[in-house]
Amino acid sequence: MKNRSTFVLSMLVFGYAFLYVPIVILIIYSFNDSRLVTVWSHFSARWYGELFKNAQIGEALWLSLRVAAASATVSVILGTSAAFAMRRMRTLFSRGAFEAMVTTPLILPEVLTGLSLLLLFVFLGETLGWPGQRGALTITLAHITFGMAYATVVIRARLSQLDPALEEAAADLGATPWRTFRRVTLPLLLPAIFAAWLLAFTLSLDDVVIASFVTGPGATTLPLVIFSSVRLGVSPQINALATLLVLFAACTILTATLILRREEMQAKNMK
Amino acid sequence: MSGRPGHSCSGVFVAGVPLVWLLLFVLLPLLIVFAISLAETRTGSPPYTPLFTWEAGFLPRIHVQASNYALLLSDRLYIDAFLSSLRIAATSSFIALLIAYPMAYAIARARESVRTPLLMLVILPFWTSFLIRVYAWTGILNSNGFINNVLLDFGLIKAPLPLLHTEFAVHLGIVYSYLPFMVLPIFAVLEKLDWTYLEAAADLGARPLKAFLRVTLPLSLPGIFAGVLLVFIPALGEFIVPELLGGPDTLMVGRVLWTEFFSNRDWPLASALAIGLLVLVLVPAIVFFRLMRKEEAA
Repeated sequence: MKNRSTFVLSMLVFGYAFLYVPIVILIIYSFNDSRLVTVWSHFSARWYGELFKNAQIGEALWLSLRVAAASATVSVILGTSAAFAMRRMRTLFSRGAFEAMVTTPLILPEVLTGLSLLLLFVFLGETLGWPGQRGALTITLAHITFGMAYATVVIRARLSQLDPALEEAAADLGATPWRTFRRVTLPLLLPAIFAAWLLAFTLSLDDVVIASFVTGPGATTLPLVIFSSVRLGVSPQINALATLLVLFAACTILTATLILRREEMQAKNMK
Repeated sequence: MSGRPGHSCSGVFVAGVPLVWLLLFVLLPLLIVFAISLAETRTGSPPYTPLFTWEAGFLPRIHVQASNYALLLSDRLYIDAFLSSLRIAATSSFIALLIAYPMAYAIARARESVRTPLLMLVILPFWTSFLIRVYAWTGILNSNGFINNVLLDFGLIKAPLPLLHTEFAVHLGIVYSYLPFMVLPIFAVLEKLDWTYLEAAADLGARPLKAFLRVTLPLSLPGIFAGVLLVFIPALGEFIVPELLGGPDTLMVGRVLWTEFFSNRDWPLASALAIGLLVLVLVPAIVFFRLMRKEEAA
C-alpha cells in the first residue's frame, strides 16, 4: 500500500512538473539580458522594454483584442440561441442533425476549418462580390464559427441543469416568454454565458492556423506575428511577450474562477 | 407542457439564426472543399479550374475528375503522411494516458479541499496560448537549449543531443499540449468510483495490484476511451506541433496540406487532403460521441 501511494504521488509531481517547468523556464529566460536566448548572462528587463517599443506587436495585439471581443460576443449570442433551440427541438432527427452540425467545428482539424472557410470566402467573393477583401472581418467570422460551437456546449450544459419549474412558474404568473427569459432564465445562465465568452475570447486570441488561411493583406493578428517569428527560431522579445500573455491568462482565469465560485456559493446560501 | 414559455414564432427565430450560420459557415464550406477537390489546379485566380462551364449558354458542362484522390492513393508521400499521422497520434495518446492516469488517480483520491486546486492546475495550461506552450519547448530542446546545456554542464554528454526537429519532439509536444484533455475525463470517472469495491476486493484477498487491474481499471475504461479520443482526434490533424518541433521529414497530414496550399498553391490537392483528413477524423469522432451519449443515458 505504501509503495503504491509513493508511486502515485511521484507521478503526480512529475505530471505537474511536466506541465509547468517549460513555462517557468520560458519566464526565467525572458529576463535574460543576452541576445543568445539560451545562454544566461544576467537579469534584465531589457526585452520587455524593446517589446513595448515594438509598434508591430502593439498593432497586432490591438487587432487581436478587437477580433476576439467581437467574435466572443457574437459567439455567445448565437450559442445561447442554439442551446435554446436544441432544448425545444422535439423530434430526435432534427435535434440530432442540429447537434451534429453544432459539434462539427469542435472536431474538425484547424487546417480543414481554415481551408474550408477560405474557399467559402473566395467562392462568395466571386459570386456575390462579398467579401471583397479578406482581413479582420473574415477572421472574425471564422472565429465566431468555432467560438459558437464551444459556447453552445457550455451554455447547453448549464441550461439542461436548470429547473424548468422556475420558468413554468414565471409563465403561470403571467410573464411573457421574453420577460421570463430576461428576468428568470438569463440571470440563471449568466455564469455559463460569462464562461463561454471567456472561452471563445481565449480561443480567438490563440488562433494561428485558421487566421493564416482566412486573413488578407494588412490584417496580422498577434498569434500570426508570434508564429512567423518563432518559425525562425527562439527570440528574446517573444519570450517577454509570451511571459506577459501567460501571466495575463493565468490571472484572468483565476479571478474568473473565484468570481464564479463565489456566485455559486451565494446561490447555494440563498437556497 | 402548454406552460412552456416562448413556443411561438420567436422560437423559429431563435433556432433559425444559428442554423443559417451553421449551414453557411460549416456545411457549405465543407461542400466547397469537396467540390474543389474534384477540380484541377491551374495558374490564375482562383487557382483551380471551374467545375461548370456554360457553353453557348445552354446546359452547363461539368468538369469533374478524381485525379487528386488517385494521386493521394498512389504517391508514397501522401500515404506516408496519413500513416505517420495515425501512428504519431496513437503513440502520443498512449504516452499521455500513461502520464495522465496516475495524475487523475491521485487527484481523485486526494482530500476534497486540495482536489479543486489540483484540478485547476491541470486546466490552467489549457487557457494559456497553445502556440506559446509549444514554442516554450523549442527553447528547451534546442541544440543550445536548456536540456542540452544542463547535460553538457554536468559532463553527461560531449556533444549536444539532437532533440528539436525530431519525431520525439513532436510526440512530446502533442502529449504536453493535450495532457489536460486526458486527465479530466479519467478524473471524472474515478471521482464517481465507489471505492468500497476496492475494499471488498481487498477483503476477498486480492492484492492491491490485482484489485486495481480487475476492479479500478475496468471501471475507469469509459474515461480512458474518452481521454484517448480527445487526444487522438486533434493530434491527427495537428499542424503547429510538427511545424515547430518536427524535422523536415516529419510528415503529418496537416503539415502536408499546409505546404500544398501555401507553398505549392495547389488548392485542389490541398482540398483532397482535407477530405482525406475529414474521413480520418470522422471515425474516432463518431465513436467518441456514441460513447458520450451512452454515458449520458447511463
